[in-house]
Amino acid sequence: MSDETLPSADLWQGLRRYTNARIALGRAGDSLPTAAQLAFQYDHARARDAVHLPFDAAGVAAAAAATDLPVLIVHSAAPDRSTYLKRPDLGRRLSEASRAALPPHAPADGDAYDAVLVIADGLSALAVHRHAVPLATRVAGALQGLGWRLAPIVVVHQGRVAIADEIGSLLRARQAAILIGERPGLSVADSLGVYLTYDPRPGRTDAERNCISNIHARGQSYDAAAQTLIYLMSEARRLKLSGVALKDERAERDGAAALLD
Amino acid sequence: MAPYTRTLGGRTYQFDDLKTLMAKATPERSGDQLAGLAAESAEERVAAQLCLADVPLTTFLEEPLIPYEDDEVTRLILDTHDRAAFAPVSSLTVGAFREWLLSYATDDTALAALAPGITPEMAAAVSKIMRNQDLVAISRKCRVVTRFRTTIGLPGRFSSRIQPNHPTDDPRGIAASILDGLLHGCGDAVIGINPATDSPQAVIALLELIDDLRQRYAIPVQSSLLAHVTTQITAIERHAPVDLVFQSIAGTEAANRSFGIDLALLREARAAALALGRGTIGDNVMYFETGQGSALSANAHHGVDQQTCEARAYAVARHFEPLLVNTVVGFIGPEYLYDGKQIIRAALEDLFCGRLMGVPMGCDACYTNHAEADQNDMDNLLVLLGVAGCAYIMGVPGADDVMLNYQSTSYHDVRFVQTTLGLRPAPEFEAWLIAMGIIEPDGRLAPREQPRLLREVARLASARV
Repeated sequence: MSDETLPSADLWQGLRRYTNARIALGRAGDSLPTAAQLAFQYDHARARDAVHLPFDAAGVAAAAAATDLPVLIVHSAAPDRSTYLKRPDLGRRLSEASRAALPPHAPADGDAYDAVLVIADGLSALAVHRHAVPLATRVAGALQGLGWRLAPIVVVHQGRVAIADEIGSLLRARQAAILIGERPGLSVADSLGVYLTYDPRPGRTDAERNCISNIHARGQSYDAAAQTLIYLMSEARRLKLSGVALKDERAERDGAAALLD
Repeated sequence: MAPYTRTLGGRTYQFDDLKTLMAKATPERSGDQLAGLAAESAEERVAAQLCLADVPLTTFLEEPLIPYEDDEVTRLILDTHDRAAFAPVSSLTVGAFREWLLSYATDDTALAALAPGITPEMAAAVSKIMRNQDLVAISRKCRVVTRFRTTIGLPGRFSSRIQPNHPTDDPRGIAASILDGLLHGCGDAVIGINPATDSPQAVIALLELIDDLRQRYAIPVQSSLLAHVTTQITAIERHAPVDLVFQSIAGTEAANRSFGIDLALLREARAAALALGRGTIGDNVMYFETGQGSALSANAHHGVDQQTCEARAYAVARHFEPLLVNTVVGFIGPEYLYDGKQIIRAALEDLFCGRLMGVPMGCDACYTNHAEADQNDMDNLLVLLGVAGCAYIMGVPGADDVMLNYQSTSYHDVRFVQTTLGLRPAPEFEAWLIAMGIIEPDGRLAPREQPRLLREVARLASARV
């Protein structure tokens, strides 16, 4: 195939098969054609709406009750979305009322829970509305089947990842897994992420967490994400740690096998 | 009594030291609020600006904001300060310096002679008492010209980086985005890829891809792979075709350490790139990126406001005679620059401070989806940048970076600025664009079926995977 036998506009268009970048869009003068311009506006609008969509914590809590675990709703120290976006430090800790409300839910016998599942809106309430409960249900069911003692599920308004550290320590949970809405991109506005921390307490760093990201309809499935999380939680329990020292050996094995294929 | 005191409206404002005064005088931005350094009211901010206007410029040489013993960037700033260049303004206060910069008599020659005498703290201080208009007017007067295979920063010129990123570094995907950029007349600043992995093999493969294309079509352009500087040194050792060595830099030693670099490592990298002798018309071999907020996010700001920390990064850049430096102004998120207004202000401050210090400034005008900003804010900023003498901006396909997941400016945006403001690409690159039938001699894009470069598109289509 050569440029003698193909109209060049088609040739140029053909570049699009090699990348999902926005190339070969055409032009009107120097500017974008109308269709390309409005397609971008649509993708940005979806991402913006996902960031600012009010979090339906009550709806998520009601659905999460299907796990048979008690569900608690708490607030971070960020009172509203605007403050939340400007002050990540406030999204990482509980409001005073919520901090006071959690300790009575720690195990009455003075022992510790094996784990707590936390659900927070993060930067995409849309992701949490769609994906958090299906994933939490699978994980809670599997862990209970393994005989784990689980804390009540905690649903957080205006939360960031590290708020699970404070929640985990107040409830006396040996590990905390937070299911949280990821920063929306132009291609995906409803991606859910999970961060796991062993021995959660304020001051933990990101290097002490394990992350599973990209959980959405075109990304990781609920089953795949649940299997990975249960594997990581089991390993964290065995090794008594999480973070960079906790490798997903399972995935590396699979990856190596894929390379050999 | 505190050294800096001002009574306004019956209330007395006190500022304990110079860095507190600088922070309180800074136009409002979320990063300084996050750090707990910002003025608590609009009136306190003006009180600080009034105090700052009375501070003699020499104070910044006598009272380092970050101690000389603690920070190698401070040592670099003070040890390389050019007293002779500073002489024309050495008796001025910050307020008088603003007027000196704005005066008719201060032209591009005077500003170029002054640059080595200006420390980042002086540039930051005077910017804090300026309106956006002042920043544009003075930045436009500054002349900073650098060379490698193209000439960057000539009057009437406006260049662009092609940023052809791909989520998995797929060579054909990257090649497709590069061709799309060249066919829009972009790329004269650099073809610069942010690789998804930091492996030397991947970096070398992409460098060879660009070099192959460059040689086949004799394109006057330079490439850069935005991997860590140590990876690029490894690539040089393995005889890869490295044009510009890239590194992200910040304005404090501790923040640079968080990037895994220090001045000695940058010196080593520059020496390695210079030894290759790949520049045809000049030897500006470095490419740096910066951005307000990087020092705070590394907890390495020493209580200094984020704009002053940013200006200190330009002292680091200046020392290594780069071809290109750009602030990545909205990438870091709304906790540092909240909305379009703050992003635009920061971009103009960065452009002004860099150019006043003699640094070849470009700008990645960009934002994330959780910032209160959109493409209209970038359009506004682009016009300001073009008027203010910004050397180059980013050309990202459709303004949507599919690897880094943020929005920047597009190939179309580059053309918009050039056409609307009557600016043209670098002269060497412009001649090539005309010879290849990509643009007409009058600067307009040629009809789509004419460019000879479309042959390369056909070649890509027929290449074996």
